[in-house]
Amino acid sequence: MSFATPTLVPVYPEIFLLVALSAILLADLFISEPRRFLTYAYTQLALVGTAAFLVLGATGEVTTLFGGMFVDDPMARTLKLVAVLAVALMLAYARVYNQQRGLFRGEFHVLILFALLGIMVMVSANHFLVLYLGLELLSLSLCALIALQRDSARATEAAMKYFVLAALASGLLLYGLSMLYGATGSLQMALVSDAIMSGASDPAILVFGLVFVVAGLAFKLGAVPFHMWVPDVYEGAPTAVTLFVSTAPKIAAFAFFMRLLVGALGPLVSDWQTMLVIVAVLSMLVGNVTAIAQTNFKRMLAYSTISHMGFLLLGILSGSVGGFAAAMFYVVAYVLMSLAAFGIMLLLSRDGFEADQLEDFKGLNKRSPWTAFMMLLVMISMAGVPVSVGFFAKLSVLSAVLDAGMTWLVVYAVLMSLVGAFYYLRVIKLMYMDEPVDDTPLQGEADHRALIGVNSLAILVLGILPQPLIDLCMVSITQSMRG
Amino acid sequence: MTAYHFLSLSIWLPILAGILVLAAGSDAHPARVRWIALVGALLGFAVTLPLYGGFQDDTPAMQFVELASWIPAFNITYHLGVDGISLWFILLNSFMTILVVIAGWVVIEKRLSQYMAAFLIMSGLINGVFAALDAILFYVFFEAMLIPMYLIIGVWGGPRRVYAALKFFLYTLLGSLLMLAAFIYLYFEAGGSFEILRFQMLPLPLGVQILIFIAFFLSFAVKVPMWPVHTWLPDAHVEAPTGGSVILAAITLKIGAYGFLRFNLPITPDASHALSGAMIALSLIAVVYIGLVALVQNDMKKLVAYSSISHMGFVTLGIFMFNAMGVEGGLLQMISHGFISGAMFLCIGVLYDRMHSRQISDYGGVVNTMPRFAAFFMLFAMANAGLPGTSGFIGEFIVTLSAVQVNFWYAALAATTLVFGAAYTLWMYKRVVFGEVANAHVAGLKDIGCRETLFLAVLVLAVLGMGLYPKVITDTLHASVQQLVEQASTPKF
Repeated sequence: MSFATPTLVPVYPEIFLLVALSAILLADLFISEPRRFLTYAYTQLALVGTAAFLVLGATGEVTTLFGGMFVDDPMARTLKLVAVLAVALMLAYARVYNQQRGLFRGEFHVLILFALLGIMVMVSANHFLVLYLGLELLSLSLCALIALQRDSARATEAAMKYFVLAALASGLLLYGLSMLYGATGSLQMALVSDAIMSGASDPAILVFGLVFVVAGLAFKLGAVPFHMWVPDVYEGAPTAVTLFVSTAPKIAAFAFFMRLLVGALGPLVSDWQTMLVIVAVLSMLVGNVTAIAQTNFKRMLAYSTISHMGFLLLGILSGSVGGFAAAMFYVVAYVLMSLAAFGIMLLLSRDGFEADQLEDFKGLNKRSPWTAFMMLLVMISMAGVPVSVGFFAKLSVLSAVLDAGMTWLVVYAVLMSLVGAFYYLRVIKLMYMDEPVDDTPLQGEADHRALIGVNSLAILVLGILPQPLIDLCMVSITQSMRG
Repeated sequence: MTAYHFLSLSIWLPILAGILVLAAGSDAHPARVRWIALVGALLGFAVTLPLYGGFQDDTPAMQFVELASWIPAFNITYHLGVDGISLWFILLNSFMTILVVIAGWVVIEKRLSQYMAAFLIMSGLINGVFAALDAILFYVFFEAMLIPMYLIIGVWGGPRRVYAALKFFLYTLLGSLLMLAAFIYLYFEAGGSFEILRFQMLPLPLGVQILIFIAFFLSFAVKVPMWPVHTWLPDAHVEAPTGGSVILAAITLKIGAYGFLRFNLPITPDASHALSGAMIALSLIAVVYIGLVALVQNDMKKLVAYSSISHMGFVTLGIFMFNAMGVEGGLLQMISHGFISGAMFLCIGVLYDRMHSRQISDYGGVVNTMPRFAAFFMLFAMANAGLPGTSGFIGEFIVTLSAVQVNFWYAALAATTLVFGAAYTLWMYKRVVFGEVANAHVAGLKDIGCRETLFLAVLVLAVLGMGLYPKVITDTLHASVQQLVEQASTPKF
């Protein structure tokens, strides 16, 4: 350890993002309504800049900063990059939708950037309080975003629900963290881990705290039995915000599990493994079975998300490096699929019409074969049928679980994906086998269509050649775990 | 041998043609779509011919092997190869695809380019299933094939198409997901490899073998289909368009039996022996009971669908006799059934295109208005009933012969199919074709034209050729079947 001034290079992306978003916040005040497009352009530029800092500053090393509060490792770099790309894509998908609904405002863009900053802080947190700081930044921004459509009663209701339940979950989490602090005397992940390893702390208090931590984490992930907010928020929020909620924060949630459970509480793996098994088993069951009964597309995707999060947990609970890499692969694949699914929904929406019912997909093949085919790819990927990235995501997770010796869990998960296939197939059925109820030609800008194409074809291409993504996840995890 | 990429070509050429059809064809230019599809199908068949030409009869080893790393993280390879068991299915599939394209030539009016593309893509994927030597590669083709089939049934099918398509998909998916779990288990047992040939060498305790057998069984029994998981088939067949029925009956059913030969017998030989009693019982139930069910059908397509299940019962019976004769008989029966059931569905399609009815009672006296068609239909009906001289006879005869060696009563029960098969097929034929002209619709029927004569004539050649000179096929089977039977009789623990 030298006493030199700490270099700030590893936090450049966060600093840049913060500066850029503050500048956008100010600049937006001086942009007149007809030229609002500038705000959008600046936001995209800010994201490009952040991505550039992330890529250029990548060292492949594990560096800690600020007295060990902040950690920069390959896993963090990769996850942040995925989050930034997801946000950029999401903003592009949402542009027209927002313009038509009066959401194309500075607040929307700045809040999204704040949420992204929260995600990036969480991903790099190496200290309980930093983690909490990032989490609250994300949650509060999300809450405001959900309520952004002031006049919509549903949006306000969703925001209220989210706020109250998020506060409760934060309370649980903080309570759990305080227990851990009491037992180990530290708030820093590595030190907590060392303290538990040394065996000096009281196991009863540790496990007691762990229960609360897992409950808080499960809430953030939207896993059963802490999933109640997910369908309501998905349904109530404007689709553009739902798109955001269902993508980038899942990356943060994954990092949250990795930092807290694997990083700090790794020695308690046998305790949290059992808890996660229960949560995962319930999530897959409730998510898949309830999704069948939905008629609202957003709610259906909400339940489908719950089941996907169950699958994601399978990777984490297998407790091996391979399992963590599989879970990371899964989360990236999931973000890709979710972006495309909501992106297509936004493409189908138009002024005064939300394409949020399953019925709205009827006969899509007649209206636009290309869009229908893209949606087909997304649906087979979500169902985990080859040739799609979703299949390999499931395969990696399942093989990690089997490697951990839980054969019954593999069989269970496999049966649950059969249940899941039913409602994904129903979407395909609606698009291809039913007559359209609504013959309006699809609107949507050329850039939106092109990006949907890229996004969906990425699902296909990664389903044929998944190796680069698997490698990326594996390398990120192994290099980060080594440190 | 490795220098040629005929297997890859036979997989990717039809898929590329399918994509081309999608891209080039809109429904505004149906002619262009048809010709691209036909050229694609013909090329797809042409590249499979060298597989037969260059095939060496004297070795059980895989031929035309292609091996490349695909996903190193899981040691998944792009590993293709054929032996005597899989060779004929690739040829059969590519051949039937041509007929399907011709059969759909003018009949399909709705979204023609998507129809042709779905068949071409599926043709490539099915070739992949038969050629894959890596379990995940196999699984990818096996599953991916479901999607075009789902769309074919669901988009171009009859009134209850959506129900049938969903039933087809979910039934098949149930089995295959469990198979995937078994693959992952074997992957770890094999020390991190998905090579099917390595799976076959693994020593496994009996308990594990039985579980793996069941996982495979559920997957393949649904495909065959064996009684009692056969109920998706009559629905799917009845609702599918003619081309869909042809591919379903002629090819996809064979994937199930192929799976038994490639996975169950060699990977879990002891479990196969332990459970052979149950397998034989299920096969015989299919042969006898489903044969009786076929007898009482009013719908021609349903009748042929049940007759397919009954004929496939012969195949599984032959497989679980564990002797070379039974397995070869089963394989011959599969190939022959591919031709005959395809022909039967095409014949029914010819009638359906004119009358838009599949009910036997709507017909009668067709011979008076369609004499040429009646002659073709007669031959295929006879072949379906197992008339000596046609391909339908050999497979059933050899399987029965091998069953006699094992147990006289198996053979006796199996042989009842010669009676029932003749009964339901010929009775249907009599009611549809002979007698007085039943109604004005029948009186107004036009006999088959050049296009229809062409595809039926080609099938006549195949059915008679195989029936009179099966040696062409059996010669290629011996070595591979011999090795398979040895593997299946060697205990693994």
